[in-house]
This record gives sequence, C-alpha cells and structure tokens, in this order.
Amino acid sequence: MSQPVELPRWIDLGLLPLVNLMFALLVAGVVVAAIGMDPVQVITLLVKGAFGSRSGISYTLYYATTFVFSGLAVAVAFHGGLFNIGGEGQAMIGGLGTALAAVSLADKLPAPLMLPLMVLSAALFGAAWAAVPAALQAWRGSHIVITTIMFNFIASALLAYLLVNVLKQPGNMTLESPPFGDTARMPGMHQMLAWLGLEWPRSPLNGSVLLAAACAVGIWLFLWKTRSGYELRAVGFAPEAAHYAGILPRRQVMLSMLISGALAGMVAVNELAGVQGRLLLDFVAGAGFTGIAVSLIGRNHPAGIVLASLLFGALYQGGAELAFEIPGFSREMVGTLQGLIVLFSGAMAYVAAPWLARAHAALTRRPARAGAAHG
Amino acid sequence: MEGICKRFGAVQANDQVTLTVPAGTVHGIVGENGAGKSTLMSILYGFYQADAGSITVEGRAARITGSREAIAMGIGMVHQHFMLVEPLSALDNIMLGAEPDWRLGPARAQVRDRLDALMADTGLNVRLDLAVEDLPVGERQRLEILKALYRGARILILDEPTAVLTPQETEALFVTLRRLRQQGTTLLLITHKLKEIMALCDNVTVMRAGKVVLDCRILDTSLDALAEAMVGRHVRLGRTAENAAAPDAQTGATLLAAKDLQWRDALGVPRLNGVSLALRAGEIVGIAGVSGNGQTELLEALSGMLAPQGGSLRLGERDFSPSRWLDPSIARHLGLAHVPEDRHRRGLVLPFEAWESAVFGHQGLRRFTSAWGWMKQAVMRQDTARMMEAYDVRPRNDQLRSSKFSGGNQQKLVLAREALATASPPQVLLVGQPTRGVDIGAIEFIHGRLRAMRDAGGAVLVVSSELDEILALADRVLVMDRGRIAGELPIEQCTEAALGRLMAGAEAHELTRATAPEIAPEITK
Repeated sequence: MSQPVELPRWIDLGLLPLVNLMFALLVAGVVVAAIGMDPVQVITLLVKGAFGSRSGISYTLYYATTFVFSGLAVAVAFHGGLFNIGGEGQAMIGGLGTALAAVSLADKLPAPLMLPLMVLSAALFGAAWAAVPAALQAWRGSHIVITTIMFNFIASALLAYLLVNVLKQPGNMTLESPPFGDTARMPGMHQMLAWLGLEWPRSPLNGSVLLAAACAVGIWLFLWKTRSGYELRAVGFAPEAAHYAGILPRRQVMLSMLISGALAGMVAVNELAGVQGRLLLDFVAGAGFTGIAVSLIGRNHPAGIVLASLLFGALYQGGAELAFEIPGFSREMVGTLQGLIVLFSGAMAYVAAPWLARAHAALTRRPARAGAAHG
Repeated sequence: MEGICKRFGAVQANDQVTLTVPAGTVHGIVGENGAGKSTLMSILYGFYQADAGSITVEGRAARITGSREAIAMGIGMVHQHFMLVEPLSALDNIMLGAEPDWRLGPARAQVRDRLDALMADTGLNVRLDLAVEDLPVGERQRLEILKALYRGARILILDEPTAVLTPQETEALFVTLRRLRQQGTTLLLITHKLKEIMALCDNVTVMRAGKVVLDCRILDTSLDALAEAMVGRHVRLGRTAENAAAPDAQTGATLLAAKDLQWRDALGVPRLNGVSLALRAGEIVGIAGVSGNGQTELLEALSGMLAPQGGSLRLGERDFSPSRWLDPSIARHLGLAHVPEDRHRRGLVLPFEAWESAVFGHQGLRRFTSAWGWMKQAVMRQDTARMMEAYDVRPRNDQLRSSKFSGGNQQKLVLAREALATASPPQVLLVGQPTRGVDIGAIEFIHGRLRAMRDAGGAVLVVSSELDEILALADRVLVMDRGRIAGELPIEQCTEAALGRLMAGAEAHELTRATAPEIAPEITK
C-alpha cells in the first residue's frame, strides 16, 4: 500500500524530521569513518564551526538568509500547485534589478530611499522573470517545470551578455558591474548592532536577515490569514474545486509565481547589496536550487523553512570550517553530507513513518486495551 | 465453503464477523458505508490480512495472503470500478496475466476456444474482439464476470454490481447470475440496494459498525427489517403522502430557464445536444439517466462552470448567452447554489479544515473578509458551528480536516454551506448525486432538507443515477440520454420500467404510445 501513514502532528512535524536527520548523520558518520576519519570529531567540528563562535553564528545566519528567500519562493509556488524550479534564474535577474537601481541612482538618493528601492527592484525583476513561465502555464499549458528550467539558462546567458557588453567598466578585467555607491549598501549586522552600542564581529551577515524574517512571517500571514492565500491554497490542493468556488485559476497561477519570483529575486539583496557591493556573474551559486531542498525539508511551511535554512546555513558554514580545519576533508565531503540530509529528510522523508506509526500505536493502544479489559 | 470468522485491525473494521455461505447460493452482504463489508471481502480476496480468525473454503482451511491465492482457491472478484485495460480487446483483457502460451497467437486461439464454451454455458455473451473502451457498460461487466470464471472462480464476489447499470441491464445481469447459481457458482453480492437483495439472494448478512447484526434467509425477512437492521433504527425513505409537494406548488414563478444548450467536448462529441428545461419555485425536478449521458455537463453549464457553445440561460432577472455565460461567482450572487456531483474533487478541498471548507465559494462575502483581504476567521468558525448544528454534521469539530469526515457528513457539510452561507437562502439549488456514498441515515436527512427547501419556495434540480432517489424526491422527472432530454414525465406517471426505457434510448413519443396502457394499471395498484 502506497498510502501515506497517518501520524499525530507532533510526530509528523517534530519527531520524524529529527529521526530523519539522525539517520542522515549516522550514514554520514559511516562514510566519514570509511575514509579513515573520526566521525565524532568531524561532527563536533562542524557544529562548533557553525554555532561555536559569534563569527560562526553570523556566517550561518548569512547563508540561512539566502535560503529563506529561495525556500519561501519554492513554497509559495508549491502551495499554488506549481513547482518553480526557476529560483536560480529569478534570483539572477533579481540581481540585475538590484544592480541597475544601485548603479544608476546610488549617487542621487540617500540610503533610506535607496535600499527599499533596491529591494523593490530585485523583487520586481525576479517577479517579471517568473511571470513569463507563469503566463505560458496559465494560458498555454506549457509545463512550468520545463519553462522555469529553461528560463534559468536564459537568465544566465542574459546576465553574462549584459555584464560583458553593457555593465562591465571599460578596462576592468573581471566580469562585474561598477561598485555600488555607499548609499546602496545594506548595513552589516556589526554596524547595526554598533548603532545600538553592541559589539559584534565583522561578517557578511547584514540587514537582509531582518528582511528574510519579515518575509517568512508575511508569507505565513498571507497563506493562512488572508482570503487571497486561502484561494491560492485551494487552487494548489484542488484546482477543480477552486473553479467550482469561483476562483480564477489563471489569476492564482500568476499570483503565486509573481510572489515566488519576487522572493527569489530578493536573494540578490542579501548577496549583492549586503555583501558583494557589485553585480557578479555567479553570485547565486546554486541557492535557487538549494531552496527546493530547503522547502521540501521545511514541509513548505515558513517556520519549517526557517529551520531548514538554519540547518543548511550551518552545513555551509560548518562545512567550510571543516575543510579549513581538517586537511583532506574536502568541500566534496561537505557536499556529500548535504546530499545525505536531502536524501533522508526530503526524498525519503516518510521511510521511517510506518515504524513510528507502529511504535506510536503500540504505545497508545496498551492503556486502551487495559481499560477495555476492566470495563 | 463455511465458517469464516475474522477480526480486523486497530480500527476494528470487522469485529468477530462470522459468515457462512452454503455452496451454490447467492448471499447478500449489506451495510452502510464503513460497516465493514468491503473490508471483509478484501480479506477474503487477500487484499488485507485478518488479525484473527480463520477462513475455510470448501472444507479446507485457507490462508489467503494475496489475490493470487484467492484465485487459486477459486475465489473471483468483480470490483465496482472495473479493472480493465480499456484500449485492449476483451479477449486480451481476459488473457492478461493468465496467458497459456508465450506466443500471443496460439495463446489467443486457446483462450478463445475455452471462452466460447464458457459463454455458451453461462450465457455471458461478450464481443471478444472489440476494444473494451468500445463496449457498453453492461457488457464490460459481463466481461469482468467472464474473466473471473475463466480463472476458475467457483465463488464470485460482486461489489456494487448494479451501480452503473440501467434497470434493464440490471435485470439482464440478474438473469445471468441466477443461471450461474444453477450451475453451482456461489455468489457474494455486496450492495446497498436492498431491493436487489430481496430479488436475488437466498441469504443475507447485514453488517453495522464492523459487526454482523442480522444473518438470515431472505424468506424470513423483509425490506423494512433489513433497512432497520442496517441503520439501527426505523427509517423512512421514499415518497409518502406527507413529504410530497403540496398540489398547488406547481404554480411558482420560473426561476431558471435554459434553452437549447449545446456543448461538444474536445473530441467533438456532443455532450449536451439541445437541452432545454425550466425550474419553477417550489418544485423538485429530477434528472434521471445512466451516468455519462450529459448530466454532469448540464449541471456544470447551469452552475457556470462550463460555458456551452450554444443556447441561452435565464437566471432570475438576467440573461446569459454562450459568449457571456455566467461564472460560478455570478451564479452564487444571483442566488444559485450548487452541490456538485463529486464532493471530493469539487465540493470540498479535502486537506482544508472543516471551517475552511464551510465557507468555500463564499470566502469573498463581506461578512467573511475584511476590506484589506484578511479572513475573519472568528466569523467563519461561528458560521461553521451553526451549519454543523443545523445539519447535524458529526463530529462537531470545525478544525477537523474535511477528508476525515464520513461521506454522509461531508455531504451534509456541503449542503449546509450551500443552504446557509449566504444571508438569504438560495433561490435555485442544483444537486448532483445528493446521496452517492452516503449512508441511509444521512440519506433520510438530506432528502428531508431538500424537500424543506422546496417547501420554502426554492427551485431544486436533482441529478441522480439512483432511480429510487429520483422517484422519492422529484415532482417532475426528466430523463437524459446521449445529451438530450429523452423525455419528461410527471411523477405520477413514473415507474422504473417507463424511466428505464427512456434511459435506454427509447423516444418519448414511442414510449407513450407503446407503454401508456401498461403504466396506468401499475399506478392504480
């Protein structure tokens, strides 16, 4: 029987992900041991690297910020019944929007105006890039998975063309836009905390993390507290029922993809306005695809996505630390570890469910039986 | 075959069920949805394993762990939803999985020889060379039975075999089944149609809540006794003097009028072929017909889900033409409510909590949504509580997922929503299959509500493939056949025979000529 097992909420959302994570770490431990290293040492170093210092925490949060954006992007589309594989491309074009706003207006506007404008521009460009596949899906039935994948390649090519031919400063050998003006730089977390009189080490962590948190709360409110989100979920669950209820499915396809694209576009705010200060060719670096795994593991719920983002942020940061600390522990090993987590928490998320269900049934049935015997 | 006793699982779907079926008899198993009859048969056929208990087939203890063993023991099953590969020929469908030779040519020849003999013996005639998709439903069913017999079934389980048949096809099926019984085949008939049990079976077992509540010979029981055993209390279904429409109710204003509706599907097949009808205040109009003759499309067109290519519609004070057809929101705005045929795919969003489903389609009402688009959940949940109370939806838990309610309670929730979500009750109510998959207790309740809406001055259109339901509810009956209205009969002239003939394609004028004299005495009886 391939039917999903019914589990109580606390097991489904709490225990099961933990068990999956444990399995992933267990197998990862075996792999680490197989190449002749001490699994306990590796895990300890990883956790320490990610959470052991203020600097480590900052890096973890910085990575997590990007994944919250790209994860939410996948989740919103998913609730509308669409699988948006195009987060990567939408983030790239979001970067283009950020850079265009920054390069053209940074000298003329103060930061309080410039930064919101860059966020808006990133969101709009990302949304616009998602709008084309969305419209093709809504009106012509072109499958959104195919079109968004294709749009990733187009975005990549477009960005390369624009950087080479339009945005690159003459005389500069590297492929990058002119640097953003000072007013177009998202303040770093150390700066913001310094305004409050707190000392914090310098790190890439910047104001975007607050934006990401706001987005997570906003998406939660939107999906579960507004009529619009209700209609979006109705279309995602049951398109025919939505039609019956007078909801226009095309509008919902457009809406969910526009929001999704806008969220993906905001990856650029963290990476470009927050860290790089200029447009680079490969600044997204797979974050759009990681967003799929993040959303999957986070069960497409904003709270889950925040947690999953922290997990992936910790893996990135702890992994970087590992590669630095242990000679011979390559980045590829870190990739293996991430792959195992995706495998166990995402693709095989329900493998352990029947066992947990049986264990739960055995534990809860006993008192009921005893009662029946007495009664 | 004697002495099956099993108990089943955590939900106690079957609790100490004992079933004894003498060889060569027809045994009926009845019970409401969820009574455990399907579970019992699934255990017998090897889909599930019993937790306790034993099965004895033809005097030998049997351990049936899969359908393969069941077939080997001589048990065959005909499912309610046919298990046939539609593009393959009837012959290939029978052969599938039981090929006597790896070369298809000789295999077909062998199978055909055996089938010819089998068909001659049993009278189960099927055109073996036609693709299943080209066979009418009745013939597909004979094919399913033939398939089971070919595999050596001496015990045949039939799950709701008449759900998709016209009354005439049902009669033909019964003739065949009686013949099979004469030849020594044991038949197990699962159904909720008590009349069929009375007509065909030798013995009957009634199940309720996983237990056997009645087990007796047909000769020793009656329709009423069976119904009462099934539900656990006395029920009254059908038309009675009290619940029939008041004689002067027919004079109401026309609330909905459709003219000459035309709709062809993507393949160019006309699904609606010139359908006209009018609904007046204070009447229930029944649409009878075998499923798939345009009833679904008619409901969709009238509710605005599908814009026909031709025809016109007048709803309340507004006129609609194909180019500017009404959509479901306009329809709701004009006081039209719709209980769709398929509540799982249309009427409800199954993963939604009950309160989310209870406002579905009405989420845009000012009462439910603030100017900024926030849902007023408190109001929605209050309304849900009110609906659940008024329509006795159980359990009264507005946060339970819609999928967790039983069929009857889901349907009551949908009906409650359509009747109560708007400030004023709907003028026109379209109901598709009001009681499909709904247990008898809920049927009684739902019928009562529909009559109450009529009596309050609403116009109700009921589409049902259950003739009994049409006969119990309608004041006027239209029969649909191949996208047309094949005929209209006032309820006084409706008999199963008359409706059945219209459903099977006879023209109305032929019918009145050929059968009018027959009908009259039946009514006076």
